[in-house]
Order: sequence, then C-alpha cells, then structure tokens
Amino acid sequence: MNSDSLTRAFVILIRRDLMLAVRHRAEMANPILFFVLVTSLFPLGIGANPALLQAVAPGVIWVAALLAALLSIENVFRSDFEDGSLEQYLLSSHPLSVLVLAKITAHWLVTGLPLLLISPLLGILMGLPVDAIKILFITLLLGTPVLSLIGAVGVALTVGLRKGGMILSLLVLPLYVPVLIFASSAVDTAATGLPVTAHLSLIAALLLLALSLSPFATAAALRVSLS
Amino acid sequence: MFNNFFHRMASPKHFYRLAGILIPWLAVPCLLLTLAGLYYGLVKAPPDYQQGDSYRIMFIHVPAAWMSMFIYVVMAGAGAIGLIWRIKLAEMVAISSAPIGASFTFLALVTGSIWGKPMWGTWWVWDARLTSELILLFLYLGVIALNNAIDDKRMAARAVAILALVGVINIPIIHYSVEWWNTLHQGPTVTKFDKPSIHLSMLIPLLLMAVAFKLYYAFVVLMRARCEVLDRERNSGWVKELAEKT
Amino acid sequence: MNLEEFFNMGGYAVYVWSSYGIALLVLLVNIIAPLRQRKKLLHGIAATARRRARRNA
Repeated sequence: MNSDSLTRAFVILIRRDLMLAVRHRAEMANPILFFVLVTSLFPLGIGANPALLQAVAPGVIWVAALLAALLSIENVFRSDFEDGSLEQYLLSSHPLSVLVLAKITAHWLVTGLPLLLISPLLGILMGLPVDAIKILFITLLLGTPVLSLIGAVGVALTVGLRKGGMILSLLVLPLYVPVLIFASSAVDTAATGLPVTAHLSLIAALLLLALSLSPFATAAALRVSLS
Repeated sequence: MFNNFFHRMASPKHFYRLAGILIPWLAVPCLLLTLAGLYYGLVKAPPDYQQGDSYRIMFIHVPAAWMSMFIYVVMAGAGAIGLIWRIKLAEMVAISSAPIGASFTFLALVTGSIWGKPMWGTWWVWDARLTSELILLFLYLGVIALNNAIDDKRMAARAVAILALVGVINIPIIHYSVEWWNTLHQGPTVTKFDKPSIHLSMLIPLLLMAVAFKLYYAFVVLMRARCEVLDRERNSGWVKELAEKT
Repeated sequence: MNLEEFFNMGGYAVYVWSSYGIALLVLLVNIIAPLRQRKKLLHGIAATARRRARRNA
C-alpha cells in the first residue's frame, strides 16, 4: 500500500461524495436556506434599527452559521452508515482517518462552501460595512472547516443512535464556543476599523489543531460506534 | 510482582472488596476535614473588610470550581487508560466521575450566582469564570447524555472516553477564549473572585475544604464504581453470592 | 461571637446559608444515590437468581 494509492482513494472518495451531492441538489440547498432564514428573522425580532443591527450582526450571522453547520453535519456519515459502506471503510486497508478526512472535506465543499458564498449577502442585509464583510468572509473560510471537523467527531459518536440528533447538539455546540468567540469578535473589530490579524491567526490555529486531531478522533469514534 | 498487583487490582471482585474497605477510610477524614473547614471558615475567619461575611461562600465556590476541572481531567485520563489498555476499571471510574463532576460544576455555578447577588446586584453576570463553568456543565451533560443513550455498557464507556478526551483538549481553549472574550466586553463590574493575595485565616479553611472535596470525590467515585462493577458482573458467581446474602 | 451574630452572617445570612445548604444537599444526594442503586442492583440480581432457581426446580 503506497501513498499514491492512498491519494487516489482520497480523491475518489471526495469525487464520489460530490457526485452524490449533485444528484441530490435539493438537500444541498437546505442548510443555506436555513442560514439565510435564521439571519433574516433577527431584524424582524429585534427591529430594523441600522445601528442595532450592525452591532449584533457578527454574532447573529455566526450563530446562524453554527446552527446551519450543526444541522448539515448530521448527514456526513448518515447515508454511508445506512447502506453499509461505512463498515467497508473500516475494513479498508487505507487508514480510516484519511478516509474520514476525505468525507469531511467533501461534506464541507457541499455545505460549508455555499454558506461562505452567501455570507456577503447576509452582511449587506444586516448593514455591515464592506471591510467587516470581507473579514466575515475570511472568518467563515477559516471557521466553517473547524465546525465540520469538530462536528464529525460528534456525529461519529452518535451515528448508530436513535435519538442521535438531540445529543449531537449537546456534544458539539459547547465545543464550537471558541470559534464563535474569535470569529464574531474579529468581524466586530473589523467593523470598528481596527486590525484583526490576531483574531484570524487564532482561528487559523484552531483550524490546524482541528485538522490534525479530528480525523483520528472521528476514526476512533467510528470504530467504537460500529463495533 | 508489580504486574501481579495490577492484575489483581483490576479484577472486578478484588476491586469491589478493596473499594469497600477504602470507602470508610476516605469518608471519615473527609467528614473531619469538612467540619474543620466549616469551623475555620464560618467561625474563625474574620469578615472581609470589603465584602463582609458574604465572602464565606468562597469556601464552597472555589473548591467546587477546582473540583469541576480536576474531575474532568481525571475522567479523561481514566477514559484514555481504558481505551488504550482496555482496563475495565478505568472505564468504570471515568463513567462514575461524570455525575460527580457535573454536581460540582452545578455547585460552583449556583454558589457563584448566589455570591454574585450581593456583590454585583444581579444573580448572573457573564463573568469569565461563571461562563467557563456553564460551558463545562454542558460538556458534562453531553458526556452523561451520551452514556445514557448507548445501551451497550462497554461501547458507551469507550464512546464516553473519546468524548472526554476531545473535551479535555478543548477545555483550555474554551477557558482562554472565554477569558479573552470577557476582557473584550468588559462589563460594568470588575470580577471580585480573583484576589491577588489572600489572608492566612482565609487560606486555611479554603485549603481544608479543597482537600475535603478531593476526599469526597475519591470515596463517592468508588461507591459509584462499585455499582458499575455489580451491574456489569451481574452474571458472575461472586455477585450472585453477594446478592443472596443481602 | 454570639450565636445570633453567627447565624446573621453580617446581614448576608440568606446568601451564605443558602449556598451552604445547597452544597450540603448536592453532596448528600451524591452519596445517597449510589447507596440506593447498590441496594436496588443487589435485590434485582437476587430476584433474578431466585426466579431462575424456581424455573429449574
């Protein structure tokens, strides 16, 4: 088993998942719709005062992104669990953590990336200045993969359970707190015109940490859940 | 010999008996230390010049907050040992720790809130320590919920161990992010929990209570682990014998 | 220091004593719960054993 075939397995798995996602386009749209809908409920709930909206916008958009990510991550192993291909990955000669990383990457491309692309629109709706919207985009670019990576561990732990969904939010949401804090305060700081390199480096550090640890934790959790 | 000792320790039957012997030896000193701590804390220590007598809540709040973190680390450590060396006892200790840790976290939150009322004028302030404790409580509740949701005991123990390990990596990150967030959004009040220096008459009861809480955790976790042993070994001969005697 | 002063806690009686009361309650519950669970487990195991013995007899 050489690294060449491992790369191929990685790419093939991503391509397979992307193809599956394209075939089920309607499902892809759900998290984005949820993201936009939740964010646009806030002006209706708290009033359309521009100053107020701008003040709460970073937090609101990020909390909505968190919930959308949570909603979508639930399905990362769902279909593979139901049709038994998840057990095939476990038996495969390739390291499970790499296959898991491929699954998470594909899932992020399908659900995280659209979130990212639609976010400037939400920034405009909430009256954020252009500089803050740019930073919002960068924080989502760095932050949503972290959400997917952490969420995958939770999903792997709950994949076989009947009431997995409720427990998943309890497991995962507290772990999302640092991302939420750093990201929303980065946008907040950018809106006041101050530099945000420190915030962005912290989120990048979180991303690296999650990237290096989460695949192993997810793989271990899958082995437990499917034993 | 060393190996043999561990092997015997790890056998459920020996553990059950040894724990039964240890529990009173931990519980009695715990009670004595608690009484001493209460005496020095409630009677001997003078009122604080700023906070009057209300600061005496500290003798519960601070040790409880320490325990909440300590127990999570123990839980993750025991879980890791259970995962790596497949030692059932470590798994049981990890599982048994979760409700106790959650209790101490709850206690730290409630006493912090009650202490906050006379100090800040409100029951809740998004103070760094209280916020961290709140998130820690959620982490504990997640562990307990996951354990309850999985029917197979061994599988549940291993799932819990992984979750606890993920949590223990995240706790420092959460803690520092919350502290950082707290300094950014500095509220109208300054935290009164952290004092740079503490007088000896207040330090003594604080340490007494801290040690008492540690002992309390030790014997309660053994009590819970004993129940786990009985539950898992319900089909073995010695458990049946034990059950018939009662 | 007299007793009344002690219970009054410099006017903070409600806060101090409720804190200590809740702490006592939580700590006691954590001791009682495993005691009761142990009793329940042992009774349950004994009952199953008796039922099995009867069925085999």
